[in-house]
Amino acid sequence: MTHTPREKAFWSIAILVVILYALIPVAWITSLSLKSPDQVADGKFFSGFSFENYDQIFSENTFNAALVNSLGIAAIATLISIALASMAAYALARLNFAGKAVILSGALAVAMFPPISIVGSLFDLWRAIGLYDTWPGLILPYMTFTLPLAIYTLSAFFREIPWELEQAAQVDGATPFQAFRKVIVPLAAPGVFTAAILVFIFAWNDFLFANTLTSTTDAQTVPAALAFFSGGSRFTEPIGAISAAAVVVTIPIIIMVLIFQRRIVAGLTAGAVKG
Amino acid sequence: MSQIVLDHITKKYPDGFEAVKDMSLTIEDGEFVILVGPSGCGKSTALRMIAGLEDITDGELRIGDSVVNDKAPKDRDIAMVFQNYALYPHMTVAENMGFALKLAKVDQSEIDRKVSEAAKVLDLTQHLDRKPANLSGGQRQRVAMGRAIVRDPSAFLMDEPLSNLDAKLRVQMRTEVSRIQQRLGTTTVYVTHDQTEAMTLGDRVAVMRSGVLQQVGSPMDLYNNPKNLFVAGFIGSPAMNFMPAQIEGDTLKLPVADVRLPEELRGNLGGSAGDGRQVIAGIRPEDFEDAHQVGDHKDRGTTFTVTIELVESMGSELYAHFSAVSEHSIESEELRELAEDSGAGEVPGAGEEGEIVARLDPASKVARGKEAELWVDATKVKLFDPADGRSLTADSTAEGNGAPSASGGQSPAGRDPEREPGGRG
Ligand SMILES: Nc1ncnc2c1ncn2[C@@H]1O[C@H](COP(=O)(O)OP(=O)(O)O)[C@@H](O)[C@H]1O
Ligand SMILES: [Mg+2]
Repeated sequence: MTHTPREKAFWSIAILVVILYALIPVAWITSLSLKSPDQVADGKFFSGFSFENYDQIFSENTFNAALVNSLGIAAIATLISIALASMAAYALARLNFAGKAVILSGALAVAMFPPISIVGSLFDLWRAIGLYDTWPGLILPYMTFTLPLAIYTLSAFFREIPWELEQAAQVDGATPFQAFRKVIVPLAAPGVFTAAILVFIFAWNDFLFANTLTSTTDAQTVPAALAFFSGGSRFTEPIGAISAAAVVVTIPIIIMVLIFQRRIVAGLTAGAVKG
Repeated sequence: MSQIVLDHITKKYPDGFEAVKDMSLTIEDGEFVILVGPSGCGKSTALRMIAGLEDITDGELRIGDSVVNDKAPKDRDIAMVFQNYALYPHMTVAENMGFALKLAKVDQSEIDRKVSEAAKVLDLTQHLDRKPANLSGGQRQRVAMGRAIVRDPSAFLMDEPLSNLDAKLRVQMRTEVSRIQQRLGTTTVYVTHDQTEAMTLGDRVAVMRSGVLQQVGSPMDLYNNPKNLFVAGFIGSPAMNFMPAQIEGDTLKLPVADVRLPEELRGNLGGSAGDGRQVIAGIRPEDFEDAHQVGDHKDRGTTFTVTIELVESMGSELYAHFSAVSEHSIESEELRELAEDSGAGEVPGAGEEGEIVARLDPASKVARGKEAELWVDATKVKLFDPADGRSLTADSTAEGNGAPSASGGQSPAGRDPEREPGGRG
């Protein structure tokens, strides 16, 4: 594919516009978080650096606890969800068994089910059985809603793995487990990381369940905690603090994507087989 | 290095399909045997059973002295080259080639030595640190070969290793494979659907059709003495011409001409029993000649006149196409199937025109649309039983199915079995 200079210019501008459109709100939030309370309403894009807001949120127990809850709950939900989804996806991709289609469409149905319609009854149920305002109380619904997505992503990915490699490894002298460990796992890893990031982001960003099923620092995650932020005094809007918190919660996601980006090398399986 | 024996091997897939039926074949130590047949005839299945990647339903498989039916692939000491190479995409060329040695816990320095030695043979030295994705098709193919040869296994199994290459590279690699096999002297089973590959590569060729081994023999043996219509049509390019014919006394009535049956052919037909009998005649394109160019052996055959419909000149040879109307018709379901399977044209029915290809000397003056006098060598005509496609003319002393011939020395003989494989030579 060759592009004329004119085409190149067009695409460069188009991409720039999209990036600006996506990043301006982020930049605005970042700028707000760096303003002192009296500057918040000045409407300027930049009015000096002040870390007042960051100091404030980290000095509050609510926010620190929420960060820990968010990290712990999202990590555990991701681990369990990916472990289960890998096994399910492996079976779906490699084995032929009765009810395969039913399982896949069942998973799809769960994914399409609107969370808002069960959150009310979950609230009652969790309170009755003591899961309200606990980590498992959030991990369970996160798993429920991320498993279908993970199973779908992973089974699509597993289907692309040239499984003949497993046999090549066995002929090369590997036991079935060695073939899995040294050939299949490295090839499946990018798919697993992709699915893991998707699951983690879902759990990390969720507001609906977090807001409904928690009430204290025992299990409240950052998105829910943000809603209960108050300003320095009764009469100040906590805009600066909320902005600072919003910036802080974005950071783990960015770090995670950066770390795993190298592992999600597209087309890692290219070259195994012809065509 | 070992002998491989398939003893009445049968493979039935779980869905009930019998892909390999009662196959018996002995591959001698150091021999290069080609398994050839049309797509879907069970070649890969047979090879995968030898590799241990497919369970054997019935029969016994021996490698060396031991029965290996229930041994895992890793315990069979065989190396396999897969049709699509099956390289490990996350490993470099060197790691791909050294993987088996690493699993066998060979010293890293020893692995490096063997890998670089194999890389030199295969001209891969400057690519050792690259990933398969960045290699060309031919280079990937060589890596797949390299992965097999560094191991110095007791046998190589190759499943259509060249079929993914373009035509030119294929011919080049064919020579390469042959050279490497000769150098190492390792027992090799090579699967292909390409009869040219089969004819040029192997010590012996085993022809399969629908899971049944049809004939095993040296390339020349298969060419000169095909045991049935299928082998006759499958081996040789362009394919043998088939036409209905009738035996009357010592004359064979072909659609193009009446030819005198040579003495030895008549003997094989069982004398008088042959009179008036309907048969299928098979004539290879190369057994025709321009009547003006036939030398002093003209009395071995018959001259006839036809109108040439098409002339294809290849430079070194010339293909003349003409048709002949058959007077006789032969009805046989079995036959039609055989002809279809073998890739040969159908045997024309009565009143139908059948196309015939003749290979002539490039000096021939035949021209499109013109009449030409051609000559056919009667001693080379093959006759087949219309009922089952069995050859009526094949030399009955030719080697039989499966078991290696008494004169089996044709294969590994002449090679020094003591030579260190992989050694520089
Ligand atoms: N796993 C399988 N289950 C059922 N039938 C199979 C299976 N693998 C191959 N076959 C059938 O067995 C026959 C021989 O296959 P194969 O050995 O791959 O042929 P080829 O000679 O082209 O290599 C084919 O008709 C194929 O459809
Ligand atoms: Mg095959």
